[in-house]
Amino acid sequence: MASTTLSVHQKALRSTVVKKAVMAVTGLVLIAFLLMHMFGNLKIFIGPEAYNDYAEFLKQDLLAPILPHGWFIWIFRAVLLVCLVLHVYCAIVLWLASVEGRGKTKYVRKNRKEQTISSRVMRWGGITLFLLLVFHIMMFTTGTITPGWSGGLIEPYDMFMGAFSNWWVVLIYVVFMVVVCMHVRHGFWSAFTTLGANVGAQARVVLNVLAYFAAALLLVGFLLPPVAVLFGMVN
Amino acid sequence: MAATVKNSKTTTEAPVQASTTDPALGYYTPGTDIHDTKAPAGPIDKKWAQRQFTAKLVNPANRRKLTVIVVGTGLAGGAAAATLGEAGYNVLNFCYQDSPRRAHSIAAQGGINAAKNYRNDNDSVYRLFYDTVKGGDYRARETNVYRLAEVSPNIIDQCVAQGVPFAREYGGLLDTRSFGGVQVQRTFYARGQTGQQLLIGAYQALERQVNAGTVTMHTRHEMVELIVHDNRARGIVTRDMVSGKVESWYADAVVLATGGYGNVFFLSTNAMGCNVTATWRAHRKGAYFANPCFTQIHPTCIPVHGETQSKLTLMSESLRNDGRIWVPKKAEDCTKDPRQIPEADRDYYLERIYPAFGNLVPRDIASRQAKNMCDEGRGVGPLVTEVTQDGTKQQRRRGVYLDFSDAIERLGRKAVSDKYGNLFDMYEQITGENPYETPMRIYPAVHYTMGGLWVDYDLESSIPGLYVCGEANFSDHGANRLGASALMQGLADGYFVLPNTINDYLAAGPFEKVDDNTPEAAEALASASERINRLLDIKGSRSVDSFHKELGSIMWEYCGMERTEEGLQIAIKKIRALRESYWKDVKVTGVNEDFNQALERAGRVADFMELAELMCVDALHRRESCGGHFRRESQTEDGEALRHDDEYAYVAAWEFTGDGQKPILHKEPLEYEFIELKQRSYK
Amino acid sequence: MKITLKVWRQAEGEAQGSMETYQLDSVAEEMSFLEMLDMLNEQLTAQDIEPVAFDSDCREGICGMCGIVINGSPHGRYESPVPTTTCQLHMRNFHDGDVVEIEPWRAGAFPVIKDLVVDRTALDRIVAAGGYISVNTGSAPEAHSTPAPKLQADRAFDAATCIGCGACVAACPNGSGMLFTSAKVTHLANLPQGQPERRRRVKAMIAAHDANGFGGCQNIGECASVCPKQIPLESIAQLNRDLIASLFRADGKSA
Repeated sequence: MASTTLSVHQKALRSTVVKKAVMAVTGLVLIAFLLMHMFGNLKIFIGPEAYNDYAEFLKQDLLAPILPHGWFIWIFRAVLLVCLVLHVYCAIVLWLASVEGRGKTKYVRKNRKEQTISSRVMRWGGITLFLLLVFHIMMFTTGTITPGWSGGLIEPYDMFMGAFSNWWVVLIYVVFMVVVCMHVRHGFWSAFTTLGANVGAQARVVLNVLAYFAAALLLVGFLLPPVAVLFGMVN
Repeated sequence: MAATVKNSKTTTEAPVQASTTDPALGYYTPGTDIHDTKAPAGPIDKKWAQRQFTAKLVNPANRRKLTVIVVGTGLAGGAAAATLGEAGYNVLNFCYQDSPRRAHSIAAQGGINAAKNYRNDNDSVYRLFYDTVKGGDYRARETNVYRLAEVSPNIIDQCVAQGVPFAREYGGLLDTRSFGGVQVQRTFYARGQTGQQLLIGAYQALERQVNAGTVTMHTRHEMVELIVHDNRARGIVTRDMVSGKVESWYADAVVLATGGYGNVFFLSTNAMGCNVTATWRAHRKGAYFANPCFTQIHPTCIPVHGETQSKLTLMSESLRNDGRIWVPKKAEDCTKDPRQIPEADRDYYLERIYPAFGNLVPRDIASRQAKNMCDEGRGVGPLVTEVTQDGTKQQRRRGVYLDFSDAIERLGRKAVSDKYGNLFDMYEQITGENPYETPMRIYPAVHYTMGGLWVDYDLESSIPGLYVCGEANFSDHGANRLGASALMQGLADGYFVLPNTINDYLAAGPFEKVDDNTPEAAEALASASERINRLLDIKGSRSVDSFHKELGSIMWEYCGMERTEEGLQIAIKKIRALRESYWKDVKVTGVNEDFNQALERAGRVADFMELAELMCVDALHRRESCGGHFRRESQTEDGEALRHDDEYAYVAAWEFTGDGQKPILHKEPLEYEFIELKQRSYK
Repeated sequence: MKITLKVWRQAEGEAQGSMETYQLDSVAEEMSFLEMLDMLNEQLTAQDIEPVAFDSDCREGICGMCGIVINGSPHGRYESPVPTTTCQLHMRNFHDGDVVEIEPWRAGAFPVIKDLVVDRTALDRIVAAGGYISVNTGSAPEAHSTPAPKLQADRAFDAATCIGCGACVAACPNGSGMLFTSAKVTHLANLPQGQPERRRRVKAMIAAHDANGFGGCQNIGECASVCPKQIPLESIAQLNRDLIASLFRADGKSA
């Protein structure tokens, strides 16, 4: 449809602000997922049984018997996938708008004081995240990459222990988590602002503090288990 | 009841000290008087209603067939263009800036007067009318001023409805304050940015019409010629400041709302681009120029810092409420740190000369005395090079102290900061000096021009179909404008007056079609291009700015705060010589077909050169002091301005007769039917 | 003092330009930045070099006409101790021997006309789309018929002080005009008179913002940091709230 035939309402629905709002909502869902995921990972410290049971529970028993056994995980995956696709789609469209917005000629000299590194690496960070996510899924979900164990999917606890006994896997995950942390740092604040929560100077401080907190929590929570495994503190 | 000019009692006091033969006669030709101003007869409070009723109307269905050109997008032009667009006319609107929101109305700080009487303090339309006529030193036309006061309450209503965020009290109603020595609180304000907020209101109304398709906006277009055909204003020639294209635009009527000409002095509080070209070109095509010598000089501006100064910045006059003005008693103290000068060596000259009013004397007196102190060699601040009347260069300090140390001691620093904090910050940003610690330095600067194109009651100039609004016309402020009245006049003209009078003219339209083949249009276009090429072809040795600065210093010296018969004649001679030199030696770089700021300025300065002479002739012929025009020969024993109502109670409307020809003076006698003429006193 | 200027020169109609170096030997610290450029232009004119084109008008920080990126920040924000427009930046903030780099606003929506002059009419088009209250002259009710709560009126005022200079766009890594747009939305949304058109206004202004080549907002905050009038960043959140809420209403569906 040609844009000239759109009503003001329709144009507003297709606007950058709505795309940002979609990114905000999907981003917050993904952050919520990360927090939950992180919480689950910490069960590694309790022991193999707790960890494997929890994984099994997620896959088979959550919301049963409201849902038949085994359904939840697919609904859950579908929701995450939809969120991810929408998030990435909007990011790409906004990125293109941004390239147009910046114009062709670059500043010879730039002096920017407000921007944080995390705010400036949202896009490249996002791409990195996506690649690492693929790696992560190929390892733990599909069993395509199997460092530290021999082939296919085995018990989650064993996969975890196997994978993170390799220093290079841990290193990749450190990178992964640092990027996640930075993405969440700016994304958390930006999402709430996009949804209108930045109502004043105080709110700005509160949102930013919360963003740092969420990011730090994820960083520590996610990195504790792999590092502990690498240094043999989990058995 | 009415005191007419003839039986005024105020004119017999002091003898005229000037020569008995009028030397100005050598510079102009007397012409016929002007009487018909289209104001209906009858009681003053019924005239406007009467005029609205008698004006011919244009059927709404026919309005879009009528084109109106509006030049300027400030309070007057923006408001007029928006309102005419709302009415359904086809409006073409032009401005030289990149956006209509940048017009210099935006810089007005203080406020806007309106006779709302929200304070229950005896205010009324009649009192605002009276104050404005009196403040204008009885050189304004009663009928126009009354109408201005009459529509003033509607302006506030209109602006509030547009979303102008006027200051409010906690209860949610509008706050007002008193301004400029008036005893009633009738000034509405929006912090220190009233002009900005009102202009944004008009700009939004204008953009709404742009969106509706009734107004077509042409930014970065400068009017360089007026097209008059069949004794009617029928269009303009513009230069597109981006591409250099010179082209013609045609319409059934032309409205000029192009502001004042204070930049003839080079240094003024006007914006860099403010110029006289549109009105001067119209003047050359037959529009009378009225009272060009009436310029307002504002006493509390930040002084000149040196030769590279490009413009002056005004600070609100309210500073004089708590600041004390002084200069050192001894010239040798002028370079000292003012804090080291003991109280006994300070001359609080306004308090000394005018004990009753002290630092709150009117603008012109405060300005003139500051100049006198500096002329005596007791000015402070950096040395500025000046050319004296005999042509030699001298160095003078041009500044006086405005000292808040007493106020800070008495009220505390916080109270002073609450009242004047933003002004102190502005001062510090510009001068780098902290006014809480060391006294401010101030000096007068040209601020507003009361003169402008002559218009009748309908705001129509002497060229039929050419209307003039806002500061560009001469109509409402007489010889001196009261504070917070410029915004009022601009919006009154643009929103309420012009849209109710121009229809009387347009009702006879659409007029005969005019196009590029019409001889007068072709001539206007050709002469505009020819003039541009002439400027480019001179390829002389001096920059446009250097000429402009020289013109400014001549005007400031001889036609500034104090004018004399001898000085004005010297000025005219110097201006003529400078103009001649300009057309031989100015250097304009670049080409026309480009964004060429040197060329833009060159055209404007060329017109200022012509206007400057007329200003001096006007100042020379008016052998009285009134408002912003002070003739040294016409003062009371106390050094106060002395009017001569028997001889000069008229509007001087000048007719252009050709380059190098004497202009013709038409007098419009000012009849004071309702207000009695009085001489003011501030002792 | 001596100042070395590196100035972006770009001929009209050319897509590219380059930095040219000029030397000024007697810059006084009282001069404003633009007076220093006036001085440069006088010097260039004397040398038969075409002067540097730059915009300025009121030179008292209110018209919004001037705008130059100085040493990487719009209006030289980080050369000045306080928020400023280019015209109110003074040379006392610089030192003898400094090298000062001067560039135009750079944004997709602001094509360069020549040297340091850009076309900012896109900002007018955003306002034209709906940044007003529809009230014809003469039809206004008495000013006191609608009281406006003071706190909200003050918020409206803070947003209304925007001068439309475009520094926010120039500073934004995305070339977004969101601070400008949100200032107008916030101004009118906080006044009782602005309520009837509030939903359609925000939709129309955002549509115009996006259609005029501005990028989206990433909530980075450079815009508010360089803003000479300190338009707060929360204006953007106000716009977002208004827009999202308005999507559930029919305003703007028919036109």
